[in-house]
Amino acid sequence: MGAVYGLAAMGITLIWGVMDVINLTHGTMIVAGMFSAYLLVGSAGVPVYATLPIVLVGGFVAGVALYTIAVQRVVGQAPLMSLLSTFSVNLMLIGMGTAVWGTVLFNVPVALPGLSLGRYTFPGTHLMSAAITVLLAGALYLLLYHTRIGKAVRAVSGNREAAELVGIPTRRVLALSFGLGVALACVSGVLIATLFPFTVLSGDPYLLKSFVVTILGGLGNPVGALIAGVLLGLFEGLTTPFMPVSWIPVIEFALFVVALIAFPGGVLGLRSARPH
Amino acid sequence: MNLLRRPFFWIIGAVILVFALAPAYHGNVELRESLLLATVYITLASSLNMMLGYAGYVNFGSIVFFGLGGYFCVWLMSAHGWPLAAAALAGGVAVSAAGLLFGLGILRLRGAYFALSTIGVIEAVNAFVTNFAPWGGSSGMYLSPVLFEPLGGARHALWTIYYLLVAVMGMSLYLSYAVKRSKFGLGLLAIGQNEGAASVLGVPAPRYKAIVYSLSAFLPAVAGGLYFFKGAFIQPPDAFDLQLSTEVIVIAMLGGQGTVAGPAIGAFLYEQLRGWLLTSPTFANFQLVVAGALLLAIVLFAPGGLMGSLYRRWPRLRGFLE
Amino acid sequence: MSALLEVVALGKYFGGVRAVQSLSFKMKEGEILGLIGPNGAGKSTVFNLINGVIAPDAGRVLFRGADITAAPPYRVAREGLARTHQIVQPFMTLSVFENCIVGACFGRENLPLARGREAAREALAMVGLEDRLDAPASQLTIAGKKRLELARALSARPTLLLLDEVLAGLNPTEVEYMIGVIRAIRARGISILMIEHLMQAIMNLSDRILVLNSGMRLCEGLPAEVAADPAVIEAYLGDPHLADSLRAGAP
Repeated sequence: MGAVYGLAAMGITLIWGVMDVINLTHGTMIVAGMFSAYLLVGSAGVPVYATLPIVLVGGFVAGVALYTIAVQRVVGQAPLMSLLSTFSVNLMLIGMGTAVWGTVLFNVPVALPGLSLGRYTFPGTHLMSAAITVLLAGALYLLLYHTRIGKAVRAVSGNREAAELVGIPTRRVLALSFGLGVALACVSGVLIATLFPFTVLSGDPYLLKSFVVTILGGLGNPVGALIAGVLLGLFEGLTTPFMPVSWIPVIEFALFVVALIAFPGGVLGLRSARPH
Repeated sequence: MNLLRRPFFWIIGAVILVFALAPAYHGNVELRESLLLATVYITLASSLNMMLGYAGYVNFGSIVFFGLGGYFCVWLMSAHGWPLAAAALAGGVAVSAAGLLFGLGILRLRGAYFALSTIGVIEAVNAFVTNFAPWGGSSGMYLSPVLFEPLGGARHALWTIYYLLVAVMGMSLYLSYAVKRSKFGLGLLAIGQNEGAASVLGVPAPRYKAIVYSLSAFLPAVAGGLYFFKGAFIQPPDAFDLQLSTEVIVIAMLGGQGTVAGPAIGAFLYEQLRGWLLTSPTFANFQLVVAGALLLAIVLFAPGGLMGSLYRRWPRLRGFLE
Repeated sequence: MSALLEVVALGKYFGGVRAVQSLSFKMKEGEILGLIGPNGAGKSTVFNLINGVIAPDAGRVLFRGADITAAPPYRVAREGLARTHQIVQPFMTLSVFENCIVGACFGRENLPLARGREAAREALAMVGLEDRLDAPASQLTIAGKKRLELARALSARPTLLLLDEVLAGLNPTEVEYMIGVIRAIRARGISILMIEHLMQAIMNLSDRILVLNSGMRLCEGLPAEVAADPAVIEAYLGDPHLADSLRAGAP
């Protein structure tokens, strides 16, 4: 479970790290992934895990489109602007979503054998999600650190002007990164859909969790996000039996604020906090 | 204060008079109700504007002040028998104080991080109040009709509440104006432009931010107290209505963040739009979508909102309006 | 007589890199101290450390006897220390006048608005911007913005002014003008600590020169002494042009 949080967070941390934009549509994108899985499985009969590549590509395309329409103009301005811009897109998406699908619960049934170790049973879906997450995280790592594209991305996130001077097509890199971030969100949505039922509005709690994980793991650090995600998942698993579910957002929020104040660059931050 | 000599001061006064007199003239309850909603919007947007437009800090959760103020007031009246005015004011003070303390904490976060944490604030406070038994938990609190007696019975009370809300709205506009022309306001504007440079020049940023945060809480909290008293019922989803919070942001941006007139004009326009949307068959469910699209358009193409565009066309207006 | 500004054993590390190391120096009232050194020597960092923008890892900063080490920038400003930035940072949507009023109202004297306006006007007159009062800051040229940056710092009527490459990017006429302004500022009794790459200018303006290299003090003394110092020349030999102008610039 925690691994999936990490995956979800990777989407946010990537975009944040590369272009200082906080993608408030993240939660909704996760839900979009959920719905895509639902539709593909339900109407097209595609086996669940096969939807992943489709969603990945779809998410990427959507992300690039989103970037071009809403974010490109405001990337250089005050962070406030990009915040409001992604916020407004999010509004639109939620509005459309509730109009089409209402607030009903949806489910993607998956039958996978579980694994039993001693007293604990690990549902098959959880294991599968964790495995896929690790795979994707590894792929992302390879992409960022061992390919030319990855180098370009890292260059742009370090110093956009310098990167431009060296001849890197920054706009395309930014669009690419954004697309990738959104794709990750959608994919994590698919995985989460296999674990829990969901509604159009399920995105928000995951948004919050993604932020917490991002901060803990360090801005722009996908591996950190993964680790932090697992930690959060563990934390949740341990505390849920002891208190009513509605307290969890409060605690996570408190964690979030404390983490932000104490570690402006993230606990496992590889880079120091960027002043705004 | 030389504020009295400026024309804008009297413009605000005129607006308040219109609000106060228009429904009374015909005893028109429908008009009163719609104007009442407008006063709430304007109060919320004006107060938010001080943080958003002056200091440049987006507070996604400004609705929290409104809801908490409502809760305090209703609770003080039903559980402790306080009279309306005192309860509403006490709510305002309590929420402001809480805001000051809380603000000192989260305002250490710069710009975007702060905005993020305000998103969490709504969820957290909502969760908290839903579990808070003395305030009715998830089922909320009711006010018995008896409480309307001291105000002369239900019908008369509704008018009184309306006038009180008009007064609160007026105060929010005047407060916004006074702050903007004060040294404090100048400091806020500097912070909004470039917090680092402002600090280096001597603007005590952390303190100022906390003060404006707390200040922007006061009138919405009082308005909340009045509003929920009127409805005689309060529960978490109404008190911490995320949609309303969003609408307030849209209104402030639409009218023109950083201006005094902006939120008022924005509220007026938005309410018209909303009314039209609700009655139109195609768009009834699309309120959020429209609000989102509007906000996106503003952010991308006209960040100064309506007032911003007006000032660009006619710079002379700047000396006349605010 | 106690020093106006005293820096004691100042040190700062950035992730393993020693930006500033055991730096100590003093400044007297009424003097112009020039801070020079090759690129990357840590000069702007020193300003940031004095100013409170970053906290030092070691050492202390004393201003008029008061310990301002790691004090937040607004407190340092209130003590009477003003600073300009290498990359100018005007408040874009505010007018030129308003920019300076901010400086005047929140600086050392903590003036109310009305008196702040007067101080701002004075400062703007000193830099020759008094005819552009109501223009939005964004409309100024680079040279104008540099003057605004200076006026804004001056509006606070500081005791000590930190100038960070205030002459960079200006054409010779503008440089000439600014030098005049700086001299006028000193004539008013304001002490100046300035970073500059324009060798001729800084050699001529400064009473004393402090040379920094790799975060450490390399040399300190009168301009002529410093220019002749072999260690200094060697440090600059990496940049022969600069070395030549170093020698040429000394009076």
